[in-house]
Amino acid sequence: MSEEQNTRKNKCKRVALVLALLVLSALLTYAVDLLLRPKYMGEVTEGALTAEYYQAKGRHQVLFVGDCEVYENFSTVQLWREFGINSFIRGGAQQLVWQSYYLLEDALRYETPDVVVFNVLSLMYNEPQNEAYNRMALDGMRWNSSKWNAIKASMCEDENMIDYIFPILRYHSRWNELTSEDFKYWFTKDTVSFNGYYLRTEIMPAGEMPPARPLADPKFGDYAMAYLDLMTELCQEKGIKLVLIKSPSLYPHWYEEWDEQMVEYAKAHDLLYINMLNIAESEIGIDYNVDTYDAGLHMNVTGAEKCASFLGKILVEKYGITSARGDKKLEAYWAEVEKRYDEAKNA
Amino acid sequence: MLFTSYQFIGFVILLVALYYVLPKKAKWPLLLLGSYVFYFFAGWKFLFYIAGVTVITYVAALLISRNKNRADARFAELKALEKSGEGAPEECGKEARKRYKESQKKKRRRIMGVGITIALLILAVVKYTNFTIHNINGLLSAFGSSQRIGFLTIALPMGISFYTFQAVSYVIDVYRERHEAQKNFFKYALFVGFFPQLVQGPISRYGDLAKELFTPHPFNGRVLERGLERVIWGYFKKVVIADRILTAVNTMIDTPENYKGVYVFLVMMFYALELYADFTGGIDITIGIAEMLGIPMKENFERPFFSKNIAEYWRRWHITMGTWFTDYIFYPISVSGPMLKLGKWSRKHLGEKVGKRIPVYLASFIVWFTTGIWHGASWNFIVWGLGNFVVIMISQELEPLYRRFHKRFHTDGSTTYKTFQVGRTVLLMSALRLFDCYRDVPLTFKMFGTMFTTWNWKSFGNGTLLELGLVRSDYVILGLGTILLIVVSMIGRSGSVRDKMEKKIPFAGRWAIFYVLTLVIIVFGAYGLGYDAAQFIYNQF
Repeated sequence: MSEEQNTRKNKCKRVALVLALLVLSALLTYAVDLLLRPKYMGEVTEGALTAEYYQAKGRHQVLFVGDCEVYENFSTVQLWREFGINSFIRGGAQQLVWQSYYLLEDALRYETPDVVVFNVLSLMYNEPQNEAYNRMALDGMRWNSSKWNAIKASMCEDENMIDYIFPILRYHSRWNELTSEDFKYWFTKDTVSFNGYYLRTEIMPAGEMPPARPLADPKFGDYAMAYLDLMTELCQEKGIKLVLIKSPSLYPHWYEEWDEQMVEYAKAHDLLYINMLNIAESEIGIDYNVDTYDAGLHMNVTGAEKCASFLGKILVEKYGITSARGDKKLEAYWAEVEKRYDEAKNA
Repeated sequence: MLFTSYQFIGFVILLVALYYVLPKKAKWPLLLLGSYVFYFFAGWKFLFYIAGVTVITYVAALLISRNKNRADARFAELKALEKSGEGAPEECGKEARKRYKESQKKKRRRIMGVGITIALLILAVVKYTNFTIHNINGLLSAFGSSQRIGFLTIALPMGISFYTFQAVSYVIDVYRERHEAQKNFFKYALFVGFFPQLVQGPISRYGDLAKELFTPHPFNGRVLERGLERVIWGYFKKVVIADRILTAVNTMIDTPENYKGVYVFLVMMFYALELYADFTGGIDITIGIAEMLGIPMKENFERPFFSKNIAEYWRRWHITMGTWFTDYIFYPISVSGPMLKLGKWSRKHLGEKVGKRIPVYLASFIVWFTTGIWHGASWNFIVWGLGNFVVIMISQELEPLYRRFHKRFHTDGSTTYKTFQVGRTVLLMSALRLFDCYRDVPLTFKMFGTMFTTWNWKSFGNGTLLELGLVRSDYVILGLGTILLIVVSMIGRSGSVRDKMEKKIPFAGRWAIFYVLTLVIIVFGAYGLGYDAAQFIYNQF
C-alpha cells in the first residue's frame, strides 16, 4: 500500500472515529437531558398534559383549548359516555391565548375536528407571564413551526429559544433535586390525564372570593385579541365551528366589561359565546358546595361531569355532533380510558 | 455578548468554521470583521473609542516610521556627501550628522508623545473623569463648600484599558525600532481589536501576535482539538467554579455588617478562588479560541499561587500586564534623566546602600500606583496597588534577615519552608485582594480588623455557611473543582498538561475526558435561569 493510500486510510479511520464519538456523546447527553427534565408525574402533573395529545386515538370531534378552566372543568369521559363524543382537551396551567392558538394549529396538522371550544379567560393576559407555565405548556409539543412560534410568542424576558431546543440547558440545575421519580420515569411516562382532562375528586366548598379589583383598562389587550382573531380565522379556514366559553370558575373575577366584549366579538364573528358562570347553578346544576375541589376556583369530577353534560347537549343539538360509537378501535381505546377514570374517581 | 452567552458560543463556532472554509486572502479580513461584530454587540457607541485609538496610534506609528526611514536615508546621504568631499563639514560632518540624528529622534519622540497622550487621554477621560470629580467634591466638602460638580454619564467601553495599552506599546515599540509600523490600516486594526483578547487581555505585543494574525492558517485537526480542550477547561473554571462561588462572595460583601470575623477570612479565600478561576478561565477561553484559529498567544499565568513570594507571584500572574508595566513604565522611569540625577544625589547624601534604592523604589512606587489605578478608578485599587508595593519593599528589605535565619536553621529549600512560603503568598495576596471587595478603603481596613476582634469561628459548624446562597451540594462541587484545579496545576509544573495527555492518552480517551468535562460544565455550571450571568471580573478593569 502506498504512503498516500495509507494516509487516506488513516484519515478515513479518524473521521469514522470522530463521527462515532460524536454520536455516542450525543446519545449520552440526550440520556442525561431526559433524566434532568421534570417528569410531572408526582404532585404537579399539568406539565405532562401537552404531550399526551399525541398518544390519543381517533379523530377528535371536539377539541378544547385553554387554561385550567378547561382541563379541570370538562370531563371528556362524560362526553364520551353520554354522547359518544370523542374529544380532547389541549389545555395547560395558565395557558395563554397564543399558546392555545399554536396548540390548535399543531393539532390541525393531525386532524380536523368539528368544533373547537376555547375558554376566554386567558384573554386577560396580554403578555408573557411565567417561565414555569410556559415550559409546562410548550415542552411537550412536537417540534414544528407551531412550537417554534409558540415559544417565540411566549418567552419571558430572561428566556432563550436555545433552552427549549436543548432542555438540558434549562434543567441542568435539577441535578441536586433528582428523586426516585426521575429515575422511574427516565425513559417512559404514565398517562396522567383522560384525553386532556385532569381529574380531581376532593371536595372543598366555595368560600368568599377576594373582591374584584377595579380594572385600569377594561379592554382586552391587542396582542391577546390578535391571537383570538387568528384562531377565528384558522377555524373558518378549516371549516371548524369555534365556540367561546367562560367556564364556571369563581376566580379570577370575570368582569362585566370583559363579558360585554366577548358578546360583541361573538356577534361580530357569528360565533357562539356561552358564559357558563352566569348559568352555573341555574342551568348547569353546579352546586358550589360539592362540585369544586378548591373552594370554587376549579371543578372536581362531579362538577366537570355536569359541565360536560351541559356542553355536550349544546354540541349535539346546535352543531349536530353525532356519536362516534361503533368504531371498534375507538371503543376499545375509550374502554381503557373509562377504566382508568373510574379507578381514579373511586380511589 | 458575554463569553458565557449562547450567542458568543454560536459566534465562535461560526467564525472558526468560516475561517477554515474561506480562501487564504479572506482569513484575516474575516477576523477583523468578526472582531468588530463582537465589539458592536458590546455597544455600537464603543466602536468609536476603539476606532479612535486605532486611528491615532496607527497614524503616530506611521509618522514615526516614515520619519525614521527618511532620517536614515538623509543620514546616509550626508555620510556619502562627506565621503565624497562635496559637502561642507558643518553640513555633513560627524557632528552635523549627530545633531541631525538627535533632532529627528526628538521629532519622533514628540510624535510618539502626542500619539500615546491622546490615546491615554481617551482612556483617562472615560475611566477617571468621575473619579476625579468625586475627589474634587470630597475636597470641596472638606473645605466647607456646598458646591458640587455633577458626575458625567460615561459608560466604560469594553476592554478599553487592554486595547489602549496594546496600542500604546505598539507605538513605543515602533519608536524603539523593535519593528516597522504596519502600513495596512486594517491589519493594524485587527491587531488592536482581535476579539478574544478584548474582554480581559492578554495584552499582546505587535511583534508577538501580528504575524500569526495575518498568516492564513490551514485547517489542522490537532490544532483545533488543542484549542477546544483549552476552551473547555476555561469554561469549567469560569462557569462551574467562579460563577458558583460568586453568590457567596456577593452575599458577604453586600452586607458587611452581617459578615465579620471569620466571614472576612472566607471572603478572602473565596474571592481569591473566584478571581483565579474567573481570570485564568477567561484567559484559557481567549487563548483557546485563538489556538483554534491557529494563532498562538502569550501565556498570562504560570501557576501564580505556587509562588514563594509576592514579587514572584507578580511575575506569574497577569504576566503580560506585569511585563507591560516593566517595559513601558518601570524601565523608562528608572533610566530617565531626573531619576538618574536623583540616584546620584541620594547616593551622595544617604550613602551607597540606601541611596541606590531610592530611584528603584520610587519607580516601583509609580508602577504600583499606576497598576492600582489601571485596575479601577477608586481609592480601593490605588491602596491595593500601593499595598503590593509595600509588601514587596518590606520583603526585599528583610532579605538579609531571611538569609541569616536560613543559615542558622538550615530551612532554605526544605519542603516545609516552601509550603510555608506558598501559604504565606496565598494569604498575603488574598488579604490584599480584600480591597477589590469592600466598597471603600476604611471599610476594608475595618473588616480586616474584625478577623482579629470578632471570634465567630463557630459559624463554620452551625449551618450559617448554608445561608450564603450556596447549598451543601454547591460546596461539594466547589471542593471537588478546587481539588481538580490544584491537581492540574501540579501536573502542569513539569510541562504542558495537554502535551502530556497527547503523549499518553489516545484520541478516544482524550475525547472521553473532555466530553465528561463538557457534561460537567453543562450540568453543574452556574448559568441559565436562576443564576446571574456574570461578566468577567477583569473586564471591568
